[in-house]
Amino acid sequence: MTVRLPENPPTDEAAAEGAAAAVRCSGLEYAFGATRAVDNLDLTVRTGEVFGLLGPNGAGKTTAIRAITTLLPVPAGMVTVFGHDTARDRMAVRRLLGYVPQQLSADGGLTGRENVSLFARVYDVPRRERAPRVAEALEAVALTEAADRLAGTYSGGMIRRLELAQALVSAPRLLILDEPTIGLDPIARTSVWDRIDEIRQATGMTVLVTTHYMDEAEQYCDRVALMHRGRIRALGTPEQLKADLAGELEAPTLEDVFRHHAGQGLHGGSSADSSDGEDFRDVRRTRRTATRVG
Amino acid sequence: MSAVPAVPPPVSAEAPAGPAPAGAVAAAGSTASLSLLLVPPRARTGWQLVPARVLAMCIVELQKLRHDRTELYTRAVQPALWLLIFGETFNRIHAIPTGSVPYLDFLAPGIIAQSAMFIAIFYGIQIIWERDAGVLTKLLVTPTPRFALVTGKAFAAGVKSVIQALVVIVFAAILGVGMTWNPLKLLGVVLVVVLGGAFFSCLSVTIAGIVLTRDRLMGIGQAITMPLFFSSSALYPVSIMPGWLQAVSKANPLSYQVDALRGLLLGSPAHLGTDIAVLALAAVLGISAASALLGRLAK
Ligand SMILES: Nc1ncnc2c1ncn2[C@@H]1O[C@H](COP(=O)(O)OP(=O)(O)OP(=O)(O)O)[C@@H](O)[C@H]1O
Ligand SMILES: [Mg+2]
Repeated sequence: MTVRLPENPPTDEAAAEGAAAAVRCSGLEYAFGATRAVDNLDLTVRTGEVFGLLGPNGAGKTTAIRAITTLLPVPAGMVTVFGHDTARDRMAVRRLLGYVPQQLSADGGLTGRENVSLFARVYDVPRRERAPRVAEALEAVALTEAADRLAGTYSGGMIRRLELAQALVSAPRLLILDEPTIGLDPIARTSVWDRIDEIRQATGMTVLVTTHYMDEAEQYCDRVALMHRGRIRALGTPEQLKADLAGELEAPTLEDVFRHHAGQGLHGGSSADSSDGEDFRDVRRTRRTATRVG
Repeated sequence: MSAVPAVPPPVSAEAPAGPAPAGAVAAAGSTASLSLLLVPPRARTGWQLVPARVLAMCIVELQKLRHDRTELYTRAVQPALWLLIFGETFNRIHAIPTGSVPYLDFLAPGIIAQSAMFIAIFYGIQIIWERDAGVLTKLLVTPTPRFALVTGKAFAAGVKSVIQALVVIVFAAILGVGMTWNPLKLLGVVLVVVLGGAFFSCLSVTIAGIVLTRDRLMGIGQAITMPLFFSSSALYPVSIMPGWLQAVSKANPLSYQVDALRGLLLGSPAHLGTDIAVLALAAVLGISAASALLGRLAK
């Protein structure tokens, strides 16, 4: 492994900040009682990119996503999707979204085809177009053969692909996936990502995804953000983020980056400095495991 | 007497993750056509939106019933016992004054209303189930306003109630209850049962929005169904009730439903206009309350 130097990719932040942004959060906050799940989050997802949101359990990834999907009510001015404010223009935002939540969820009492049909109906797909469109969505996720079985008989990987078909049937411009590969075996994971990749190439849609698999983030995401305690701690291409750490580690992996930014106390509080050394030993020790994955 | 819900288990995170089928991998490089998935559908707007969502929810309910009719059968047992045992016995001993109408005939509309109410009240449990399974969350992210979603679910519960009512009507007919087969009056029966189902299902969604968990809702559902049943005119005419119970009965939408069903099915004197107006108002209030509280279920 060699250290890759930063390639100075075009940082036209100004362009991304414009109306062309698929998602823009500015000063997004959300608290559950005393828990500040999302704390002054600033985030821009550019149109057409695959954006990975990384961070430890409880970082606030799902909460941020649920605010973007209009599930959680936030004040106007905090979140826009393709220029539509989630507080003022809720229906317009929803029409642009495809959403696959963290929890595996399909109606087990319906067949795969009926599950997708329901979504075609609630997105107003006209009757004439419904059956071919549903069939195409099922074909795109390789579920044609199982389409007329009850979803209750599907495996985890099949349910995930079914959910993908449900999200795709309305031709969303933004696909939001919360840990799409959670609990899936390596083959099913690759299968889900291959589907996402194919469809994205065909449609040019924007993808916002969270994952705990650093190899996935590295392989499939154009840019990633590292979230910790409700805020973005690092942002850039996987290469950039690794390069930023090159001065401190010899061959940093994305997992090192994760540990660096999410490690206990590092950026969280005032006691950060005293624990630095210890945390880096920790990083080195686990790096061997990391290289096997990344 | 128990009214345990038989909700089809939605797939949850605990679903066993088997190996991916070989076809999934082999098809990875396929060049499936995606042409239809490139164009977003044109949005329905204005007045067309709510009927479209109601239809979508009703279709889902019917599809589920087609795949699994167990609930329909198990729920038919209780009304059958009421008619067969309670009805036949009291028919014989003439303990309850029902005028020229045989007691069994008098009872049948009451039992129809009761079984339709039971199925609707426990519909709220199905909604909590859908929430826990993540199915509701996904629907809440679609371009479906909350009141449209609740209205859709309310009518879906109504459809389920109608099917349940039909089962009981057929059973009552087999026992020799003389009911009308006039299609217009039967259409009226459908309307009355749908409105009642919409109200009682929204009542349970409203309670669900307050108590938030399935277990608590189960307890409350069990606790309120019997008082609603006994304080209505389902089992005995209002005139023989003590004064305080008559007052409660007047405030109980089930009484209006029973009155309308008696008028429609048996041709006994009824206040159809008032009954339908009260049931429609109750349904509207129920839908409003449930829509307002649905957000609590989504958090
Ligand atoms: N419904 C809720 N009620 C109360 N607290 C919540 C709720 N949902 C999330 N939280 C809290 O908000 C914080 C952020 O949670 P969130 O689910 O957004 O994290 P996450 O980054 O998605 O984590 P994971 O990787 O485990 O999915 C956590 O402290 C969590 O306990
Ligand atoms: Mg999460």
